[in-house]
Amino acid sequence: MAKASKKYELRLYIAGNTPRSVTALNNLKRYCEEHLKGIYEIEVIDLLVNPQLAEGDQILAIPTLVKKVPEPVRKIIGDLSNEEKVLVGLDIRPARQ
Amino acid sequence: MAKSKRSLQPVLTDKQLKKSPTGITGLDEITHGGLPQGRPTLICGGPGSGKTLLGIEFIVNGALKFKEPGVIVAFEEKSDELATNVASLGFDLSKLQRDKKIKIDYVHVDKTEIEETGEYDLSGLFIRLEHAITSIGAKRVVLDTIENLFGGLSNDGILRSEIRRLFQWLKDKGVTTIITGERGINTLTRQGLEEYVSDCVILLEHRVRNQVSTRLLRVVKYRGTVHGTNEYPFLIDEDGISVLPITSLELKYPVSRDKIASGIPSLDQMLDEGRGFFRGSSILISGTAGTGKTSIAASFANAACLRKERCLFFAFEESPQQIVRNMRSIGMNLEAHVENGLLQFHSSRPTVHGLEMHLVEIHKKIQQFNPRVIILDPITNLVTIGTVSEVKAMLIRLIDFLQRKQITVLFTALTLNSSVTEQTDEGVSSLVDSWITVRDLESNGERNRGLYIMKSRGMKHSNQVREFIITRKGLELVDVYLGPNGILIGSAREAQQLEEVTGQALKSHGHTRRDREIQRKKTVLEAKIASLQEEFESLKDELYRTQQEEQLRQEILEKNRMELVKKRYLNENASKSGKGNGKSK
Repeated sequence: MAKASKKYELRLYIAGNTPRSVTALNNLKRYCEEHLKGIYEIEVIDLLVNPQLAEGDQILAIPTLVKKVPEPVRKIIGDLSNEEKVLVGLDIRPARQ
Repeated sequence: MAKSKRSLQPVLTDKQLKKSPTGITGLDEITHGGLPQGRPTLICGGPGSGKTLLGIEFIVNGALKFKEPGVIVAFEEKSDELATNVASLGFDLSKLQRDKKIKIDYVHVDKTEIEETGEYDLSGLFIRLEHAITSIGAKRVVLDTIENLFGGLSNDGILRSEIRRLFQWLKDKGVTTIITGERGINTLTRQGLEEYVSDCVILLEHRVRNQVSTRLLRVVKYRGTVHGTNEYPFLIDEDGISVLPITSLELKYPVSRDKIASGIPSLDQMLDEGRGFFRGSSILISGTAGTGKTSIAASFANAACLRKERCLFFAFEESPQQIVRNMRSIGMNLEAHVENGLLQFHSSRPTVHGLEMHLVEIHKKIQQFNPRVIILDPITNLVTIGTVSEVKAMLIRLIDFLQRKQITVLFTALTLNSSVTEQTDEGVSSLVDSWITVRDLESNGERNRGLYIMKSRGMKHSNQVREFIITRKGLELVDVYLGPNGILIGSAREAQQLEEVTGQALKSHGHTRRDREIQRKKTVLEAKIASLQEEFESLKDELYRTQQEEQLRQEILEKNRMELVKKRYLNENASKSGKGNGKSK
């Protein structure tokens, strides 16, 4: 279980309003409501609007979810359809051995 | 019909492929103008083969020489690392970035940081590239090396289709792109990128043979244009990459009628007109060890410098200082020429690098120094790093290159005593224009040097063996003596010379004595002639007198006879008819 004191800063990089971006955002919101209620912030960055921001977070794939805080920085690429992998990626759930 | 007459020279018409010059020495010659403009080119090769450097040179040259800004997308090295790596080549990437001439984008992919769930694409990369290209108006892009993505992302299917899309996208953008790729085991690249890049593929190799490594470049494929297909050696040094398309197929170059002196007047005398060798020709001096080949070479260099011509001396055996010192002992001040900048030495052991690399280096030095005369001393040592045929091939290319530039070249070659003199070890004798051999002539317990001209194309030359002497004042050739016991050289020749002087004195003495004798004989004979003349005169007189007497006698006899006859007639008439007597008389 995640500690309540932790705050999650999440950034979702998308490129235009593609179906894949929409799916990813919906999936993300659902997971956050379920597991991180009240301690998360989602910032959606559209690279078509701000292409210069891609370099900073080393974005290659679209969509990419970046967890800036808490450390370590993790990236989850894809439409986030696999809940298990997303939760492991966000360190909400420990990876299965 | 017209198609078959297609020229090999790049004539750029609208229909033909446009090319982006790389600015890399030699590469533009091989590709007849550069890489295909607006299309991707794949550069593949093993680790350390120079792929990244080639890419960076393409971008930097584009920015500096051709006003085409460029983007480097680095998947391997961070931009400051990249800048440090190429700083030694004189490329200031940071400054170029500040000037907005180039842009370096470091793309970092780390598998441990990335979790993949579901579908994705690489739009992020496209957007970054697009942003980089538009921010500086780039015309050139290098992706170094995109295969790293395969290490960071696990979904090969997505990657492949995205890479295919990327190349098409770059093509549509009209930017000239270099994609580097690591050489695979059975394929040109590990991930088979050559499938996606069909326009131009260049392979770089790093081959080690006999512990000497040579870098090689080959254009594997270049769609829509002719290109050199050979493996070309290339060099990476402080000026970056230089490739040499050194195999020239044509034997077409201007020739000169100018002659240049060899620095040994008596050697020039052996050649037509006594003025030395043709300018731009190649001269081979072969000989056994210690016969003075280097001295001949040095005096040739010395003569060139005295004519105020630049001379480049490649020494494969001795250091410059050693040559300068040694030549001072025979009256040549090479140091002065070095100080004047007319003479440049370049000493290296042949084993420093491969044959081709030597050639590349010789080319480079020639381009830099622009000499009229070059000397290679000796070429024999090159055989230690290559086979005879390789050395020969290298020298052919060198001679081709030099003759095109009208540079006179002098090689020295060591021959072994046992080997046939008609063939040098390197088999270059057929390539050179003039060939001079210096041989040891051993007789009477001493060694002397004999020099003769084996051949000299396009000019008459002496067929005589001359004795070659090295004196404090320089080199000299002396006529040898041909006697009943063979040729006389060295002290035997000197003895012969002394003997001749003695003979001369004796002869001149004899002359005066004989002259006097002749004078005396002449006087005696003249006296004799006079007396004989007198004798003859008296004899003549005598004979004449006898003849006169006889004639007189004859006349008188005749007269008497006539008288007698007359008288007889008178008597007869008087007795017969005395009347008619009065009428008749």
